[in-house]
This record gives sequence, structure tokens and C-alpha cells, in this order.
Amino acid sequence: MEIPYTIQARPDTGLYNGKLGIWLFLASEVMLFGALFSSLILLRTGAETWPAGWERLNVPLATLNTFILIGSSVTVILSWASLRLGDFRKAKIYLGITLLCGLGFMVIKAIEYGTKFSHHYYPSTDTFYSVYYMMTGLHGLHVLGGMVVFAYLLGPGAKMWEKEPGRYTNRVEVTGLYWHFVDLVWIFLFPILYLL
Amino acid sequence: MTSRRQIRVGKSWMSPSEAEKALREAIRVQKEEERQHGDDHHHQGFVRTYIFSTDHKWIGIQYAITALLFLLFGFGLMLIMRWQLAFPGQPIPFLAGLLGDARAPGGILLPEAYNELGAMHGTIMVFLAIVPLAVGAFGNYVVPLQIGAPDMAFPKLNMMSYWVYAVGGVIMLMSFFAPAGAAQSGWTSYPPLSVIAGAGQTWWLVGMIFLITSSLLGSVNFLVTIIQLRAPGLTFMKLPFFVWAQFITSFLLLLAFPPLEAAGVMQLMDRVLGTSFFLPTGLVVGGEIVQAAGGGSPLLWQHLFWFLAHPEVYVLILPALGIVAEVIANNTRKPLWGYRAMVYATIFLGFMSFVVWAHHMFLTGMGTTISAFFQTTTMIISIPSVVILTSLFLSLWGSSMRFNTPMLFALAFLPMFGIGGLTGLPLGLAAADIHLHDTYYVIGHFHYVVAPGTIFAMMAGIYYWYPKVTGRKMNEKLGKLHFWLSLVFINVIFAPMFIQGLAGISRRLYDGGEQYAHAHPALKMNIPMSYAAWLLLLAQLPFIFNFFASIKWGEKVGSNPWSATTLEWAATTSPPLGHGNFVEIPVVHRGPYEYNAPGTTDEMDFLAQNAEDPVAPDGGFFPQHAVAKQEA
Amino acid sequence: MSGHSVEEIKRETRVYLTVFAALAALTVITVAVSYLHLSGWVAIALALAIASVKGFLVAGFFMHLLSEKKLVIAVLVLTVVFLLVLLWGPWHSAYDSIGG
Repeated sequence: MEIPYTIQARPDTGLYNGKLGIWLFLASEVMLFGALFSSLILLRTGAETWPAGWERLNVPLATLNTFILIGSSVTVILSWASLRLGDFRKAKIYLGITLLCGLGFMVIKAIEYGTKFSHHYYPSTDTFYSVYYMMTGLHGLHVLGGMVVFAYLLGPGAKMWEKEPGRYTNRVEVTGLYWHFVDLVWIFLFPILYLL
Repeated sequence: MTSRRQIRVGKSWMSPSEAEKALREAIRVQKEEERQHGDDHHHQGFVRTYIFSTDHKWIGIQYAITALLFLLFGFGLMLIMRWQLAFPGQPIPFLAGLLGDARAPGGILLPEAYNELGAMHGTIMVFLAIVPLAVGAFGNYVVPLQIGAPDMAFPKLNMMSYWVYAVGGVIMLMSFFAPAGAAQSGWTSYPPLSVIAGAGQTWWLVGMIFLITSSLLGSVNFLVTIIQLRAPGLTFMKLPFFVWAQFITSFLLLLAFPPLEAAGVMQLMDRVLGTSFFLPTGLVVGGEIVQAAGGGSPLLWQHLFWFLAHPEVYVLILPALGIVAEVIANNTRKPLWGYRAMVYATIFLGFMSFVVWAHHMFLTGMGTTISAFFQTTTMIISIPSVVILTSLFLSLWGSSMRFNTPMLFALAFLPMFGIGGLTGLPLGLAAADIHLHDTYYVIGHFHYVVAPGTIFAMMAGIYYWYPKVTGRKMNEKLGKLHFWLSLVFINVIFAPMFIQGLAGISRRLYDGGEQYAHAHPALKMNIPMSYAAWLLLLAQLPFIFNFFASIKWGEKVGSNPWSATTLEWAATTSPPLGHGNFVEIPVVHRGPYEYNAPGTTDEMDFLAQNAEDPVAPDGGFFPQHAVAKQEA
Repeated sequence: MSGHSVEEIKRETRVYLTVFAALAALTVITVAVSYLHLSGWVAIALALAIASVKGFLVAGFFMHLLSEKKLVIAVLVLTVVFLLVLLWGPWHSAYDSIGG
């Protein structure tokens, strides 16, 4: 029994199921992070004092992380482009770089957190740190989630390329969309937390 | 006209040779199916078929059984509370042992235990019973069938949705075993109380995260399924209203739940990591200053909670409206009045539901501007509800009404939901709400909408679709008994609550408001109300017996026992699992409610959605039969 | 899987790399601006403006929203409307309250 429009697009919507599904999921993610930004606005404007981001946080490290994430956004889409050209070897290399970038991002994040903890700056220290850990933490979990999927697509999931290349390509596209969204959140998170 | 002998095959009349041809064709198709799919059938073990099924029909049944069990359990929690309300301070009969000394020393319910029952009753009813039943069970089983799809768009995701919900449910049940009991801060979990509460609250938050995740996965599935997998010819404006209702409901779940998920994580962090998202500076509890950074806002929680919880109440009612619409159209034997208006009203309702939430917060000190904004949007949102209810009422006019059990429940739904909706209006106006907020009036209002409202609609749906799932009808006599008893008792429970609320009795008081001397006349009503509640439980026994007994002994029926037009009745009776739903994907030729439409006769007073246009070689009609293949 | 030609895909690749360069440049700019330590609304407006441009580039080109189907755009527009309501509501109610 086959579900229609798994690989081919449905004519009137122009979409295949996975693509519509991921965009709907991303819409819900917009609301998730939106709630966090809303909380930040309320807490920050309601606070008597609120430090500037650069006073408390490591801007150079976060800037490096921003470059890493943007770079990984490029590599994932180059991976998808390679698949559409039928070049599985290149696609895997790009996917691998994307995964490594994700790892790099998390490592730097770990260094950031570690440094803070060693100076006894915990989530419970004050509302600024609560918000910082909360938002970067949830974002980090999303990075991890993406990494798990990339690892799957490079590992056991790669077998699908032989039997159903179209379906595999769609999976990479859909994961790529998710990854771009994670990048998009960071594009807003970085200046709001670190630079303001 | 020749007088040829005709044989009745299902709902059609055929000549003997045609009947034989149809039967042989049916057998041939079945053998072909078995030949093609015989192999996979044997490889799917019990676990894959019944535990981790990816078939939407079985998942729907899993949801239904689980949700109905939770419904009974949540009801039971309230029945214990009703003793305390009717006879405050008196030892509870029978159950004192079960409650134990920690909750009811000497059989007398402690205030903390009362709060625990209240918080968990609300949580379980809303998140573990009604929504999983309305969306997870009915939605999953019926929607793919009604749109002519072989399954949901993402069957594995569907399976995960169910199991994440089940795990969330187990976590909620486990929370009763936490040291100080389960959550006790209301289903609304307001901080600071919820942050300083016992461990059960943490379990509640974790459980909620699982339930919200399940809901999100499910809503993506529903939306993609409805948009992408509609059968050929099934345009949006030909969809059964039930599918429209599920469609908008899924949008609500998709976009409104995430803020609560975020808030839940923040409250968890407050409790576990010592953050102060919701704890204000200088909080003093029991005479002691709370050791927290402060700087947080309890109102932030309320905003994020109600941002979800208001759309959530429309999640509770929309599938119910969908079911009622289906049952009414079917049992009035005429199309719904104002189908288009109902659809547009539902879309508008869904949109508006996102901008009314702070009417739950009129008494939190909001300024007049923002208060006026939310009052305005709340008044506006009553319009689409009225449009839908009016259309359903008008659909009854000039009908050939059949009074079977599903129809009785659907009919009763209309005035009950009307009462629930109308009593909401004073609550939506800040001035009146000053007097009514947090009183029994509110409890009466929302219970009317959900209990004789949604739950009656769920009952209608169960009686209506039971023959599709099992191939047998439930017993009508037991059904009618169930209906009349439930209707009477449920009104005795909730109608007096409006009077109690107007008399000023607050909600969530463990002794029901004993200290309010002025309210004693109204308080006395608690006694008949509680008796009605316990009798309501007894009134469910014929239903429970009927539900299980009919599986074996119910009247056997064919694929379309109600003579209905929508596509789920074109599938075979009790469609088998794992094989898709239709022998051939149906093609839709007309709208969903072509009862007594031009081209029908007295004998065959409906045109199925996928039926060929009626041809009259000798004045007869040949509606599509699921098993007999029509010629192209 | 779309039926794009090799040429088109190669052209798209060039676009991606150009966008990457733009994003990198904008990142440098936004960090540099932050060192000016501007105050209040100016800083916020500037940071959000640059972030919005970067976001537009990622969404428009990497996520192909500029050429995406109407249905997806409609869902996202609806989401953004609700997002704006969510961002405004709690803050405004804290700002406009009885008794400060």
C-alpha cells in the first residue's frame, strides 16, 4: 500500500508530503522560539536593570559560532544540489562537513557554558542568565537534533540512495530546511542576546 | 417495463446475472489482493500489527480505548471530590482505604488531596481524555476514510504520536505516587504556587511536554493528510464538515501549543534549576523569603499558558461540532443548511481564537486599553460560534428525522452547547467578569460546553461509527437508556452551578465554600448535584456494557448501515488493517450531503459522494458498492 | 525531485555562494556596530534590521521561499501574524496595567 505524493509533488499544491510537513513543523517552531523571545521582551523591559549582552557574554566565540552555522547552511544545500546532480560522493562529503560544523558549534557552546560555570554563573544566578541558558540551550538541543538526523542520513539511512534516490534526496532537502531554520533562529538570537 | 426478478445486493437492486457478476468480480479482486499482498501479511507479527501499528485505523482504536479509560478515571477523581462538596468534613465511604492516610486520614479528604484531585481531573479530562478521543481517535480513524486516502501521510509518525501520548499518560498517572502527591496547582499550574509545590508538579510538567509533543506530531500529520491525500474530485468545499473541523483544529494545535511547551520548560527550569522566570522579586512563602534570584513574572506564565489554553477550548469543541454535523445531516436526510457559512465561520473562529486569550486574565490588573481589546475580540469570536450553531439548528427544519441514539446525542448537543456558549458571554465582558471570575459560574459554563457538549458529541460519534469499525450496531434500547439518564443527570450537576457562581461561591475550595455564610442556600444544592454525579456514573454502565457486548452480539450490518453519503461508508465494513482502505481509490463527484437530492428516489434517498451520476435505463439507481467494482 | 537541468543547478550553486558571502559580511557589520555601544532603540532597531536582512537571505535563497508554493507562503504569513500577536500581547499588558 503506497502513500501518494511521497516523492512526486501533488499537482495542485505543487508540494510533496515531506516538504509540506517540514514547513508546518517549522511554523510550530517559529511559535516555540517566538514564545521565548516574547518572554525575553517581557522580562527585560520589566526589569529594573539588565546588563548589555557584551558585558556578560563572549562575543568573539559566538561570532565564530555564527560563521560556523552559516557555513554549515551552505554545505547542506550544496549537498542537496550534488544529489540532484547525481553525485552521491560529493553529497556525502558536504553532509559530513555540515555534521562537523554542527559538532564545532556544540563544542564552542560547551566551552562557553563551561567557562560560565567555572565562574559560578548558573541559570539560577539571575534572570539574564536564566534567559541566556534557556534560549541558547533550547537552540543547542535543536542543533543536536539536526546532527542526529545528519548522522543517520550518512550512516544507516544512506542505503536509501541506491533503491530510492528521489526519496533520499527529498529527505536531505527536508532536513536541510530544518537546519536552515536552526541557523535562522541563531541569526536573531546572536545579536539579541550577545550584542544588545 | 418488464417484470424482471431483482436481487438486493447491499443497497442496490440487481438482476440475478448482474448480482452473480458482481459477486464473482468481488471474489476475483479479493483473491488478487491476497496474491499480491499475501506475503507481507504473514511477516507482520503481533507486535507490528497491534502494538506498534502504523495503520491509522488501529491507532485510532488505540487512542479511543486509552482516552475512554482516562475519561472514566478523570470522572472518578471528580466523584470523590463531589463527596467533599456535598458532605464537607465527613469520612468518605468505600474509598477511604484506597485514598490512604496521606490523603484522607480517618476517611476525611485533606485540602491538599482535594486540590490534587481537582488539578488532575482537569488535566486528565482535557489533555488525556477529550482531545485524544476527539482528534486522536475520531480524527485518526475517520479522516483518511472520509477523504478517500489509504492512510495518513506519515504512518510511522502517527504511531509515534500515539506512543508519546501513552508515555505522557503513564507519567501523569505515576505522578500520583510522588511524595506529596500529584500536581495540586490546578490544571492551569499558576506560579508561584506551582513552582514551590511538591515533586508531583515536576512529573506533571514532564508529562505535559510528552503530551504536547504527541499533539504537534499529530497535527502535522493531519494537515498534510487533508491537504495532500484527498481523493480525486474531492475539493475543499466538498469535504465533509467533520474534516474541515479537524483541519482547523490541527492548525490550532500546531501553532498554539508551542508557547506552552516553552513555558513548561521554563517552569521546569524554575523548579529544578532554580531559575526565576516566573518568580517575582521578594517572594515570601510561609513567612520565609524564597531563595531565588527573583525578577520573574507570574503573569508571563499566565500569558503563555492561556495563549495555548484558549485555542485549546476550540480544539475541544470543533471536532464535536464536526461529529454533530455529520450525524445531523445523515439523520435529517437533507444537506446541512449553510455549509459554506459554517466553513467560513470555522476558519474565522480558528483565526480569532489566537487573539482572545487574555479574557482569562481580566482580573490580573491589566490596563483598560488592553482589556478593551480582548473584550472586543472575545465578543467578535462569539459570532462564528452562533453562525455554526444556528446553521445546525436550521438544518433540522423540514427534515425527515430519524431518532436513533447518535441523533439523540447530537440533538441534545445543540441546546447544551447553546447554554454553554451563551453563559460565556458575561465572562467575556470584564465588568461582569469581576463578579463571576473564579466562581462556580465559570465551572458551569465550561462544563456545559465540554460535558453535555463535547462528550455528548463523542457519544454520538461512537454510536454512529461503531458499525464502521466493528461491523455491528450497538443496541438501541441500551443506547437510549444511556442517553436519557445522562441528559437528566448531567443537567442536574451543572445547571445549579450558575446559581452558585452568581451567589459568589468561589471555585477550588476544598470544602465547597462552607465559610461563606451568605451562600449557604446555594451551597445546599451541592447535595443533589453530587447525587446526580454518582448516578451519572451508573448511567454509563449500560453504555460500557453495550460497547463491549455489541462486538460479539450486536446486530450485524453491511458497509453503509446508516445510508450515509460520505466516503468512509464506501469502504468495506471494518476495513482490514494494513491493506489501505478502498479496493479502488474513490473518485468524488459531488458534495458531502446529497440526501434527497435531484436524482434520488424514495427507496434510495441519497447519493454517495463517489457514486456515479444516477443513470436510469429502467428507472433504477446503482450506487457504488465498495466490493463490487463498477465499470469505468 | 525537480526536473532542473545541470545548468540551472550550477547557477543556483553560484547564488548560494554569493548569499554566503553576503551573510558573512553582514555578520561582520553587525558585530562591528555593536562595538559602537549605541544606546536603546537605535541599537535594537539596527541589530534587528541587519538580522532581518540576513534572515531574509537564508529564508529566501537557502530555504527557497522566494520561489516556494503559495500554500507554504500562506502558512508562514499566518504564523508570523500569530507570532507578532504573541510578541506584543504579554509585553503590552505588562506595560499597560492598573497601578503600574
